[in-house]
Amino acid sequence: MAKTIEEINEKIRQGKAVVVTAEEMIGIVKEKGVEKAAKEVDVVTTGTFGVMCSSGIYFNIGHTKPRIKLGGGKVYLNGVPAYAAYSAADLFLGATALPDDDPRNKYYPGEFPYGGGHVIEELIAGKDIRITAQAYGTDCYPKKSLDAYINIHNLNEAMLFNVRNAYQNYNVAVNSSDKAIYTYLGMLKPRFGNANYSSAGQLSPLLNDPYYKTIGIGTRIFLGGGMGYVIWHGTQHDPGAERTERGIPKVGAGTLAVIGDLKQMNPEWIRGVSVKGYGASLAVGIGIPIPILNEEMAFYTSVSDEEIYAPIVDYATAYPNREPDIITYVTYKELRSGEIEVLGKKIPTNSLSSYPKAKKIAETLKSWIQEGSFLMTSPSVPLPGPESGIKFKPFSGREILEEVEKK
Amino acid sequence: MTTERIVLRFPKELADKPIVVNLVRKFDLDFNILKATITPDEEGVMVLELSGEEESFAKGIAYLKELGVKIQPLSQDVIWLEEKCVHCGYCVNFCPAKALNRDPESFLVSFDSQKCTACGICVEICPYSAMEMKIFV
Repeated sequence: MAKTIEEINEKIRQGKAVVVTAEEMIGIVKEKGVEKAAKEVDVVTTGTFGVMCSSGIYFNIGHTKPRIKLGGGKVYLNGVPAYAAYSAADLFLGATALPDDDPRNKYYPGEFPYGGGHVIEELIAGKDIRITAQAYGTDCYPKKSLDAYINIHNLNEAMLFNVRNAYQNYNVAVNSSDKAIYTYLGMLKPRFGNANYSSAGQLSPLLNDPYYKTIGIGTRIFLGGGMGYVIWHGTQHDPGAERTERGIPKVGAGTLAVIGDLKQMNPEWIRGVSVKGYGASLAVGIGIPIPILNEEMAFYTSVSDEEIYAPIVDYATAYPNREPDIITYVTYKELRSGEIEVLGKKIPTNSLSSYPKAKKIAETLKSWIQEGSFLMTSPSVPLPGPESGIKFKPFSGREILEEVEKK
Repeated sequence: MTTERIVLRFPKELADKPIVVNLVRKFDLDFNILKATITPDEEGVMVLELSGEEESFAKGIAYLKELGVKIQPLSQDVIWLEEKCVHCGYCVNFCPAKALNRDPESFLVSFDSQKCTACGICVEICPYSAMEMKIFV
């Protein structure tokens, strides 16, 4: 018998809802079967914690006296450039922003010790952040420069706003070349010396709702230690990607755009990161509760690491040249064992996302729902599924150099 | 028989002296160089695994100290900042000494400073700056 979100919420309010993590659901369905599990379980909580580059914050600093119009000027936060092309007092800071004087990869591999992600972590931690700004001055906004400390407690709105998070599955990176390479999936030793992966697998939100039957615009989520929302499908959303028989994408597929109040967040779940040779970024913790509306959702949420395949991609050749080649597929169970076999060779594996943190997120969300402080939401619009025809298209702009060469 | 992993710091003026080889010749000690480097201010830093009879070992250490070589035990040199660690486990398979481990059940990371050879790879690659090297500070 199917349940509704309202029925589940009523149970949550009465403290009677049965909430389990996606890890616990595997055993429950194995033991009791899909039908019984669907009846007994109301909500399955998921979690993921990893480096998610397409993240950033926007916030409003209030108006100085006399007023300054930051829009069109230049603004730095602890030396990291922020986007200042809104109006007077709104700013955006991206996770991968770097100070102008960071040597990048000039001394290869670069260290990227401090960037946008680190500023975001420090802001959330309640530390003072130094803002330096130059503006051009107008009759209504006469002030032309600003050098001050700001603090999250004194800001107006401050939101984490991530345009692509919680990737539904991801590549496993290897390196076929003769030298070490430094990628966003970490350092890859030469000649297939290691394989790096980054997914919470069986705990990952979109792998537990592979066709986005319950997750959509307006879904309330755990974001960085506070409550946030799914606000759109993420950039590069690719629901039409190849799937296994049980609907699990075999490559990176769906993504989420999310938003949440920075003031509710905690640096335990939002961390600045430095990826050697690649850049600075932000690690984000996300958890999504999945309502078990019917047997279908009980089945989807029972997915285990041995049923989720990830593609092995060569980051020395195929990836940088955007070739579609996939060497082979391995399961997350194999990846998590610490060693996989690729092309007849045993390769040690390294995870960039934290399984223990993903688990703690799912458990935290579970306790929030059990306490009645977190209610389930019906999305106002579902995320586009395979039937939408949405595809992640490659770049198709006309490169100028090419046109000149043709002439 | 005593075996210890130690960090030796050679002042500039000792950089060209055959000190380590004397440990073998004069004191019959075995050594294994785990790491050797020259800092920007020309101080030599060497991480050694040194072993031998207890008495000769003590004499060897006394000889080094007499020459002005600074000695400290190795375990103090790489520090795991547990509060910064997110237990992703990225470092584990990079560690050549197996000082970093991951529990196969909980996937929690642990650090055994006794096994650490202070090669520094974990310090270089940890995205969360959870490993710190104390040699160069």
